[in-house]
Amino acid sequence: MFNYTMRRLLLAIPTLLFIALVIFLLLELSPGDPMADMPLTIPPEIREQMRLALGLGEPWYTRFFKWLYLFSVVEPSHVLASITGLENLAIDGQRIISFQTRSPVGDIIAQRLPQTLWVVGLSYLFGILVSLPIGIYSAYRQYSWFDQAGTFVSMVGFSLPTFFTGPLLILIFSIWLGWFPIIYDTTLVVDSWYDFALQMRQMAMPVFVLTLYNAAQITRFMRASMLDNLTQDCVRTARAKGLTERVVVLVHVLRNSMIPVITVIALGIPQIFTGAIITEQIFRVNGLGQLLITAIYATDIPMVLTLSVVFAILIVVFNLIADLLYAVFDPRIRYD
Amino acid sequence: MTDAATPPSPETARIRPPRNQWWDVWDQFKIHRGALAGSVVFLAIVIFCFVGPLVWPYDATYIDIRSRNQGMSWAHPFGTDQLGRDIMARMMSGGQVSLAVGIVAMALAMLIGTGIGVLAGYFRRIDGLLMRMTDLFLALPLLPLLLVMSMLFRQPLSAAFGVETGMFLLIVTAIGITSWMPTARVVRGDVLALKEREYVLAARSIGTPPRRLILRHVVPNVLSPVMVSATLMIATAIITESALSFLGLGFPPDFPTWGRLVNDGIDYLQQYPSRAMLPGVFISLTVLSVNYIGDGLRDALDPRIRGR
Repeated sequence: MFNYTMRRLLLAIPTLLFIALVIFLLLELSPGDPMADMPLTIPPEIREQMRLALGLGEPWYTRFFKWLYLFSVVEPSHVLASITGLENLAIDGQRIISFQTRSPVGDIIAQRLPQTLWVVGLSYLFGILVSLPIGIYSAYRQYSWFDQAGTFVSMVGFSLPTFFTGPLLILIFSIWLGWFPIIYDTTLVVDSWYDFALQMRQMAMPVFVLTLYNAAQITRFMRASMLDNLTQDCVRTARAKGLTERVVVLVHVLRNSMIPVITVIALGIPQIFTGAIITEQIFRVNGLGQLLITAIYATDIPMVLTLSVVFAILIVVFNLIADLLYAVFDPRIRYD
Repeated sequence: MTDAATPPSPETARIRPPRNQWWDVWDQFKIHRGALAGSVVFLAIVIFCFVGPLVWPYDATYIDIRSRNQGMSWAHPFGTDQLGRDIMARMMSGGQVSLAVGIVAMALAMLIGTGIGVLAGYFRRIDGLLMRMTDLFLALPLLPLLLVMSMLFRQPLSAAFGVETGMFLLIVTAIGITSWMPTARVVRGDVLALKEREYVLAARSIGTPPRRLILRHVVPNVLSPVMVSATLMIATAIITESALSFLGLGFPPDFPTWGRLVNDGIDYLQQYPSRAMLPGVFISLTVLSVNYIGDGLRDALDPRIRGR
């Protein structure tokens, strides 16, 4: 197990390096000009100096390795410093600078992270909490009206794209009923019950949209996995021993069925960061997805590169976690 | 017991000629009500998009500024937009693009996925390499990559093939090469199991070259998982294209696709809600029906469920 984890982690390094290189080269080839947003009145020679100040004068490999050094050494030290509160841990000097805002990329990501985590993380949590009981009960009463309704709703939730459900909710709840605000106000500081209510109201719609989508997917997995296990011999034995139905379903079947569901849940966690791009765009939540979109529009190479590689790291790490969880929960699986 | 004792009469033997297995599949598919309803809806949408423009008098890009922002009427069943273009005509031509993108991207992804899956499963020497490549693609953050790609190749391809064809090629290729991985994994798993079967051994022992062995014996047997993931792939590709268009990085503004129409309609959500909702309903209906067809196909193609 330990050897397997180490081997996977070592294998992850070249994978991530390659992904970083691919994204860097794609951005490098892109026709967009980081100086395109500057006023046209700037004379060409000054424009050239500004390009050099952004570091664009150096060859691509120099810039890639500099970015790599900053990303793997300097930025983690700042993250560590801000988590532990020890200022002297942070390495002084150059950091990865966003072309758009001229401030360190790490700081901007740290500013945007709470919004994404609140909205997307909460919706993932709600999705799991809603979908598990529905999936269990639908499988237990297969082809009952509850199962039919549940399967239909999860199919609908799975098929409706968020850029349709988002505007639909805005139309019903903001425009017709006027219950919730259309635009998410990030500057809101929650320090009283009134502000807390405001915060809940503005979070309601984006969280609901994402919850519907997440819950639909997990319900389908939960139901399929329960159905597979309900017909196992061990279940018949458990019933024959005279165990109550409650114990049979919630202990014998559920524990076995949770194995694939847990890995699916773990695999979905990185997607909640990247997959929220559209929802964040619709509700104007300025989280990480929205940051990525604006960075792409503005050809902000360091920002796009850093964010994409962070996303890739999340994907690789959670893939590994999913595989390890599989082995932890299922003693039949051995990675040796 | 009595049934088994009576020999089958010559009539029943004559009534039941040997059946093609696809009839069995169809019989099972028919039972799945959702799949049947899904096929009807999907067919209706396809007819609406591809036959509709032949009947419908308005052109999707014809601007009639005097009759702008009209509501629903007999002349314009879905109304007109802010430039007086007929929304029904725009829905038809938008649907053509969305469906075409979905189907072509699916075909590309299936081709790559099946190819890599079969090669990795059949030839052990390249298995490791191909599967590492698949893992690498799976670790790519796809939506950001798609966005960067569509920004990057937009101008050169538009210049080379014209704006519309260029964007079509770009989006289809981008979706195709970022979504073949699940198919490749499933196919590889199946091929690894198939390779050990007796008929493959028999074919090899009479000297069938690998190329013909793959095409004659292996590929037809992995067809059913490929068909199921192909249906689901159409749905994903339509959603991805719409998402790209919705974010403004897909087709150009004057070129209607469903995602683009939702994006344009959002600005008028307060005054004319139907303008964003209609294309959204069409996308959702298409995806829903395709997903139901996929569900039905999965049951119908599974010999363990079939006939039960």
